[in-house]
Amino acid sequence: MKDAFVNRKYLVIGLVIIAALALIIRLFVIQVVKDTYRLSADNNVLRYVTQYPARGLIYDRKGKLVVFNQAAYDLMVVPAQTAKIDTLAICDDLGITIEVFRERLKAAKNYSRRAPSVFLKQISAETYAKFQEKLFLYPGFYVQPRTLRKYSRPVAAHLLGYVSEVDEAILKRDPYYKNGDYIGKLGIEEAYEKDLRGKRGVKIFMVDVYSRLKGSYAHGEMDTVAVHGSDIISGLDLDLQEYGEKLMQNKTGSIVAIEPESGEILALVSSPNYDPGLLVGRVRSENFSRLQADTISKPLFNRAFMASYPPGSTFKPINGLIALQEKVIVPSTKFSCNHGYLFVDCHTHPSPLDLEGGIMISCNSYFCQTYRRILENPAYGSVAEAFEKWKSYLNEFGFGKKLGSEFVNELPGLIPSSTYFDKYYGKGRWKALTVISMGIGQGEIGTTPLQMANMTAAIANRGYYYTPHIVKSIGSDHKIDPRFTVKHKISIDSVNFESIIKGMAAAVNGGAGATARIAALDSITVCGKTGTAQNPHGDDHAVFIAFAPRDHPKIAIAVYVENSGFGATYAAPVASLMIEKYLRGKITNKPMEQRMLELNLLHKLTEPKIEKQRKYLEGD
Amino acid sequence: MRSSVNILKGIDKTTVLIFLIMIVMGWFNIYAAVYNDEHKEIFDFTQRYGKQFIWIMATIVLAVFIMIIDSRFYLFFAWVIYAILMFLLLMVLILGKDINGARSWFEFGPISLQPSEFAKFGTALALASFLNNRRNDLTKLKVIIPAVAIILLPALLTAIQPDLGSTIVFFSFFIVLFREGMSPIIFVSGLLMVLLFFLTLLFNNLYLEIALIAIAFLLVWFSTRKWKLLLTGLVLMLVIGGIIYALDFYIIKSLGNETVLVITLLLSGIAYAYYFYSKKAVTLLVIYLFLAGSVLYVNSVDFAYNHMLKPHQRERVEIMLGFKTDTHGTGYNVNQSIISVGSGGFKGKGYLQGTQTKFKFVPAQSTDFIFCTVGEEWGFLGSFVVIGLYVFLLIRLIILAERQRSNFSRIYGYGVASVLFTHFFINIGMAIGLVPVIGIPLPFFSYGGSSLWGFTLLLFIFLRLDAGRTEYLA
Repeated sequence: MKDAFVNRKYLVIGLVIIAALALIIRLFVIQVVKDTYRLSADNNVLRYVTQYPARGLIYDRKGKLVVFNQAAYDLMVVPAQTAKIDTLAICDDLGITIEVFRERLKAAKNYSRRAPSVFLKQISAETYAKFQEKLFLYPGFYVQPRTLRKYSRPVAAHLLGYVSEVDEAILKRDPYYKNGDYIGKLGIEEAYEKDLRGKRGVKIFMVDVYSRLKGSYAHGEMDTVAVHGSDIISGLDLDLQEYGEKLMQNKTGSIVAIEPESGEILALVSSPNYDPGLLVGRVRSENFSRLQADTISKPLFNRAFMASYPPGSTFKPINGLIALQEKVIVPSTKFSCNHGYLFVDCHTHPSPLDLEGGIMISCNSYFCQTYRRILENPAYGSVAEAFEKWKSYLNEFGFGKKLGSEFVNELPGLIPSSTYFDKYYGKGRWKALTVISMGIGQGEIGTTPLQMANMTAAIANRGYYYTPHIVKSIGSDHKIDPRFTVKHKISIDSVNFESIIKGMAAAVNGGAGATARIAALDSITVCGKTGTAQNPHGDDHAVFIAFAPRDHPKIAIAVYVENSGFGATYAAPVASLMIEKYLRGKITNKPMEQRMLELNLLHKLTEPKIEKQRKYLEGD
Repeated sequence: MRSSVNILKGIDKTTVLIFLIMIVMGWFNIYAAVYNDEHKEIFDFTQRYGKQFIWIMATIVLAVFIMIIDSRFYLFFAWVIYAILMFLLLMVLILGKDINGARSWFEFGPISLQPSEFAKFGTALALASFLNNRRNDLTKLKVIIPAVAIILLPALLTAIQPDLGSTIVFFSFFIVLFREGMSPIIFVSGLLMVLLFFLTLLFNNLYLEIALIAIAFLLVWFSTRKWKLLLTGLVLMLVIGGIIYALDFYIIKSLGNETVLVITLLLSGIAYAYYFYSKKAVTLLVIYLFLAGSVLYVNSVDFAYNHMLKPHQRERVEIMLGFKTDTHGTGYNVNQSIISVGSGGFKGKGYLQGTQTKFKFVPAQSTDFIFCTVGEEWGFLGSFVVIGLYVFLLIRLIILAERQRSNFSRIYGYGVASVLFTHFFINIGMAIGLVPVIGIPLPFFSYGGSSLWGFTLLLFIFLRLDAGRTEYLA
């Protein structure tokens, strides 16, 4: 029987071959041509878990722990993997509303669908424990252990700085940081960020379809280990810092204490301040905006190196030093004072006085005449030239420029140059008398408390200083930045310092007319100088600089108490208490301590400010 | 019983070798798909790879048994086997276990049996038996209709389960009919019916039927080019339709627009009949019958779909047909499946190294999606080898079928090739996103006793027939 349709077998075979070719072409496209599927598979299965190193700890100079870490847990999400989730259940487990859930998920998607982002920051240990058990129900979610800062005492906020999450600007600027990373802001945290942050590691895990961990990828060969941040030993004396903050409570102002022989900052108080613990964790942003909104007491404002004041009479020792070095006076040079000099007033005191007496009694007349001699020094061709010479001494002391401490935002202060006056008065049209108020630290001079403390340290050292710095040693190799071990020598002979120190010692320990007797201590010779910084907005600021003991000084200090008037009344007692606390560890003059602790000057802060604001609003 | 030496000599060793290679490869891939750290032993009988080993051993015994039985047994008992299997398909609708809204499985204690897997070889036998002496008559309706009925019966029974995968596989027997001489026009008509089926599910019946009437009138115009005739017919239909519509609107009030349309069409037909008869207008009669048939078809599909299926079954069908996207089920599966295969790259990730496979990203990976494991762990090379094996097997089967002396053996052989081809193409195509998700196993690879035994029966009966091709077969 003839088979009429036998050739149809070729059609059937053709069908098989065409179908097979279709499959092979499709396979070639998805397996060989495109690599998106491999990436998708990796994304499905690989979970990159960043290993956050613990941030370095911060100790004080005596080895007391100042800043350490506490555990926290961030809930992370990879939006691309969050299929099939029981939204209600997860909201219930986390204690959030559905709206919050959707909002967060949307935000995470906007950042990246495939990269993890923080879904919920710093969930409680309790929530963490509950959630961890159910994690397999919620693919795409996982918990990232983090560390948060914790402070042994609620002090030194300005000095320490704080840690916050990186923002857009940082992410753009520095590729090291990833979304959700933490970074130090201000103070030690910012200055030593690179040491403190350590090194991030990454562990690559494989997860199954339920997000359950299925062990390391490639036996952990691709993993990197997190390296603990370096611990920092600071020059800070925690007890002294705490004591300083106590003394300054309910007052506005600052204290900077430096160890002269090393330049290490012992205490750095700016008041009003805040508890550094307020800027940790979930409450951080809320507290931060509240502190920021306080425009009257400005707790975030660090007066210690961001406020610039005219130094007032605390500037007299330095002018005396320059005059001695320039040989326009000798220690025995006497000037008379008749309740002042020309238009500069002075208080009632014996006259005439020599240099020691001038400093002890803080005679305006003495230093106006000294300053006049400096500027009218025949060794220089003009007042302007002499002025520039005077300015160069000030620059040597660290005035009119940034000192170069770790604090990037320290102010340079202001020492005007002669061109400034040339511009103002015309070249050659100004004389020593035009700028005479600078002889007593008033006028166009601006210095920060840090600069004043540094000057005091330089005087205490009889002619040199180390750049003030907060860190004593870093990590295991203990090396600090070499700029802090460079001795800055001032081109003034040490013998001249002795003359000035004699005056400063007399100001505290001298007889009748000594301005700072209140700062005197038993068997410790405190050398100090009072000052009053003129304040156009209200009462003058009290200033006091001091160091002790006279020989081999251990502490140099500058104290500013704003709106409290004459330096001796409030700033000198604070400095004295601080010195005793540091040198002896205990206080003998309990009544004075009590008085200082109870002193409340906050009303002085608010009144003039309100007045000023009113004037501003009325267009005054 | 004939001498077994004869059979051993006559058996096509190439096919047997491919069969063995495939089941071993399948077994290893099932091991990879199910493998976990707690059960590393490939002979662990609590795991699927352990069980598959038992099915494989059993299937080899089955194959030997098939080879021992006389060829004529299959010819003589073809109808009995078909009848028993159809009965089982019917019974599974009543006694079967409901799994995911489908009744496809009998459950006897620990053993489950899927009768549709066995119905395939039964249908192939019945079709071969029916066409054995009528092969040159496939142009005649009296042969075509029973032949199609043999195919449609199991197709319908599996569609009711619903197991559309199996239904589609039964339709692959049309390849056999094509080889045996059925007119391609019937295939075209069949395709149109399938198209109409989809359109019925997609569109409102009334509009669809009006469109059909419009097409019918257009056909009349193209075939006669007589305006008068066309207008007369149209007016007649409109008048009848108007009267019935008015009757329903004012008096009966319960017919509904679709019934009005059907009645109008039937009454018009009676009116046209005189013209058809008197003018011997065969073309017009055919057009009318096609129209009436289409309208009835549309209505019955619609009725069956909306009144006989349960909502969850409807949903399943809609998802299967791609009308609904199923983000939780198949959509996810296909996506993960393509990722698995695609991530294999050219050389694959290596045996037991497939991360998609190992961490269970693809559901049903040991059964319907077994090809993912091949694609991921063996890459393009491995996939190519597997496809190559199938193409080789299929062409080999066609060659074997063509060398048969008896029509029965040849037709059965084509049946085997057709079924295996459909499974092969749809299963792999589904795993790589080339065809919609239709859950059918990959022959000899997928896990499961029923499918493995079903395919073994299908293949080895043919090999037995081939081995004895020199024997006399009535």
